[in-house]
Amino acid sequence: MVTDEYPLTVHIKLPNGVEYDQPTGLFINGEFTKSKQGKTFEVVSPSTEEIVCSVYEALEEDVNAAVDAAENAFKNTEWATQDPSVRGRCLLKLADLVEQHAEVLAGIESLDNGKSLFCSRGDVALCSAYFRSCAGYADKVDGRIIDTGSNHLSYTRREPIGVCGQIIPWNFPLLMASWKLGPCLATGNVTVLKTAESTPLSALYLCNLLNEAGFPPGVVNIISGFGKTTGDVIALHPKVRKLAFTGSTATGRHIMKRAAESNLKKVTLELGGKSPNIIFNDADIAKAAQNMIIGIFYNSGEVCCAGSRIYCQSGIYDELLVEFKKAIANLKVGDPFDETTFQGSQTSQLQLDRILNYIDVGKKEGAQLITGGERIGGKGYFIKPTIFGNVHEEMRIVKEEIFGPVVTITKFETVDEVIELANNSEYGLAAGLHTEDINKAIDVSNRLKAGTVWVNTYNDFHSSVPFGGYAQSGIGREMGIEAFDNYTQVKAVRIKIDKKKA
Amino acid sequence: MRYYASLPLSVKVKLPHGIEYDQPTGLFINNEFVPSISGKTFSVISPSTEEEITHVYEAVSEDVDAAVDAAEKAFKNSGWATADPSQRVSGLLKLADLVEEHAEVLASIESLDNGKSLMNARGDIALSAAYYRSCAGWCDKIDGRNINTGSTHLSYTKREPIGVCGQIIPWNFPQLMLSWKLGPALATGNTVVLKTAESTPLSALYLAKLVKEAGIPAGVVNIISGFGKTAGEAIAIHPRIRKVAFTGSTATGRHIMKRAAESNLKKVTLELGGKSPNIVFNDCNVKNAVQNLIVSIFYNSGEVCCAGSRIYCQSGIYDELLSEFKTAIEAVKIGDPFNEATFQGSQTSQQQLDKILGYIEKGKAEGATLVAGGERFGTKGFFIKPTVFGNVTEDMGVVKEEIFGPVVTITKFETVDEVIEKANDSEYGLAAGVHTEDINKAVDVSNRLHAGTVWVNTYSDFHTSVPFGGFNQSGFGREMGTEALDNYTQVKAVRIKISPKSA
Repeated sequence: MVTDEYPLTVHIKLPNGVEYDQPTGLFINGEFTKSKQGKTFEVVSPSTEEIVCSVYEALEEDVNAAVDAAENAFKNTEWATQDPSVRGRCLLKLADLVEQHAEVLAGIESLDNGKSLFCSRGDVALCSAYFRSCAGYADKVDGRIIDTGSNHLSYTRREPIGVCGQIIPWNFPLLMASWKLGPCLATGNVTVLKTAESTPLSALYLCNLLNEAGFPPGVVNIISGFGKTTGDVIALHPKVRKLAFTGSTATGRHIMKRAAESNLKKVTLELGGKSPNIIFNDADIAKAAQNMIIGIFYNSGEVCCAGSRIYCQSGIYDELLVEFKKAIANLKVGDPFDETTFQGSQTSQLQLDRILNYIDVGKKEGAQLITGGERIGGKGYFIKPTIFGNVHEEMRIVKEEIFGPVVTITKFETVDEVIELANNSEYGLAAGLHTEDINKAIDVSNRLKAGTVWVNTYNDFHSSVPFGGYAQSGIGREMGIEAFDNYTQVKAVRIKIDKKKA
Repeated sequence: MRYYASLPLSVKVKLPHGIEYDQPTGLFINNEFVPSISGKTFSVISPSTEEEITHVYEAVSEDVDAAVDAAEKAFKNSGWATADPSQRVSGLLKLADLVEEHAEVLASIESLDNGKSLMNARGDIALSAAYYRSCAGWCDKIDGRNINTGSTHLSYTKREPIGVCGQIIPWNFPQLMLSWKLGPALATGNTVVLKTAESTPLSALYLAKLVKEAGIPAGVVNIISGFGKTAGEAIAIHPRIRKVAFTGSTATGRHIMKRAAESNLKKVTLELGGKSPNIVFNDCNVKNAVQNLIVSIFYNSGEVCCAGSRIYCQSGIYDELLSEFKTAIEAVKIGDPFNEATFQGSQTSQQQLDKILGYIEKGKAEGATLVAGGERFGTKGFFIKPTVFGNVTEDMGVVKEEIFGPVVTITKFETVDEVIEKANDSEYGLAAGVHTEDINKAVDVSNRLHAGTVWVNTYSDFHTSVPFGGFNQSGFGREMGTEALDNYTQVKAVRIKISPKSA
């Protein structure tokens, strides 16, 4: 849709009665502007399939404008070189503002993404906690003084990289924005961040809070747009020196190639997964069942580290499956704005079709449908929590990432067997294991090839604990002190000392 | 390229100064020297005499597969990664000691194969032994963290080895680059398939014998000789190599990163080219500055990634400095690497010689003034006279592009802001030098330079504890220092939820 008449703000009334002003422009240099060509695209609410509004779409010239604004802020303002506690203050204020606006932000997230208010409130709380955690780190990005003997002063500085490009996905729009912005800004960088085209709204609302928090114009630029156009321009941009991407493994591969082809910009990637969730005979069954629910149905299964392959030891298989099915029966799937809903809709038509197709594949491959396996209703992209049993390791539904509320369950006998099954993947994002035995807890977690191992819990994040993938699940870690390494580069300085007598 | 149906796996080589030694020629896989599967070999030339030294076996992709198999087995089954790290400590310490015992032979092989002076080669060997020893000390200190997230969980991180690492090293510091790669990879429990540069395969094959003698288990270190387009490519795209480390040109680095992405998103670190500025202020110690200029561009015949190849001299001392610099250049002894008085040996190959001479012609054509050198030295052996171009402008090819030889440009400047802008006007960012006695300029200018290493009143002054690597297109990742270990570990976070029991 091409129009330059579209307003830069539209007034939206959420299903729960909350009303707010939704920005629709590109946030560049501290202001909302229309895209240069005036192009916009529609935003659909996936739980109702209704159009919410349109937002302006950034194309190449808009990306260039954003990069210029960012570069100007980096080179010509004090953002990167001032006392770092000033950056800390901005992030603290941002954290406070996110908390003040929590209900609106959660409402926007549920409207735009389809996740239940229960999930989106959790996201908003994690988001402000993370900004606050990053704020506390801003003045602690220390270099080292290295003892190389008395003939030199040798030290390192950890310097910001400059203009960073950040591309975030649609499954946790606001939370992913915080994982990207937090460490980037704390360390003195500036950014051009592109949201996912399915879910541009909450980040645009956040922009007003950025201004209010005191971030200087140009430090954060947020643009809406599509991967093939906007995203690719960022990946190729000669002035962007660092790129952070969260999304599919296929796109991550493309992004890294673009980074190499253009200017060898540094790349961190957080990609897909097919994470194993392992239940031993001595697990606490009630808790394990709950963790399996969280593992695969939380956020409608649209979680990169979802525990999408359950391996259950044969001794408790039958009992666990009964508990699991009971717990699923208690799951409320439906209107995100209903306070009792646990599982909302999938995020888009595209995702709905993809998941339903995988369910079809599973049936054709001969897997046994234990529960679910179909769409709910005719309006809104809802899918029933689905379990496939009697699967074998070569099936596509066991190997490939489905990214929805669909899980496979497999029996196993021994520790060695399940570790081999669990590790037989090109992914390596996360893993869960459930046991009360200290030896299995530690030995099995040592041997699992995954960036995060959860024991007797799942999807249990904390801003101090690093998260990221092994193998083709990605490169680099987010959260924890490790995140700050993604946004700094080490400069070593050696000053030779001439010992003077006078 | 000639095919030897049965090139012996060891040949006797007599060095110019009389030492004789046994040079391995095979591929070092699983702690054994083996011929390449196809039987293919290639020739190794001594660049200071242009004479053939020997042939070595050439690895192509099937040989890379064999090496990866060995490395993978060793990673999974040998205990190298999972045993008490003291095993790795002892292996690396022993290797360091063996390098020192064999220092004269190793240095001589390096001079024979690379053309660098014995003086340079001995320095390289000493640094490489020191680095193995430094890495040995890290093996038992690769700690994770216990993270306080409250009493409901035990949350910790482990820093685990990645697995089979592919490493591709250049020809300018064969032995030293080998240590920068092997040291941290082995200290952290990885296993390695390392390809040397085709111009300089010899010293690494000799070191392979010492790897075995040091008690490092079979398959942990695999060293193969071969070419970039075949063996190097096979490493970059290999599905069972999870990390690739490359030192070489920026163009090849770019290619390696693309291949890594296309294949299996293997982790990549790159140490690439540079065009590093060397800035001399009016208040410098002129004598020291001149010595540092000499080291920065003529050490190792200028074949140094971080060479100070653009001199910016403040106008107040320009004439004095240039005069001292020319005097110092005249004292640089260039010639036979095996002559103990030689400082500057030959360039490493015909290809490099031609490239550098090409740039010298370009400089003249661009209108630069030839202040010193500017031509080949002698007719046998790839020697080039130390060369200085003055009256250059910032857009000249000789000022912008990496020449990788004993050729430097010199430019006058007035103010701090001016020189920082000129110094930073580059897609590279590997190193920089600053010469001043004023503490304020020393610290402020080094803060503002876009480079991974800034040397003040010194140059090419490495230390194993100090990280080295590039900004911008000079690369990413750091070698040496504690930072090197991050290239070879991946973080696993473990969270164990605690359900407090009352009995």
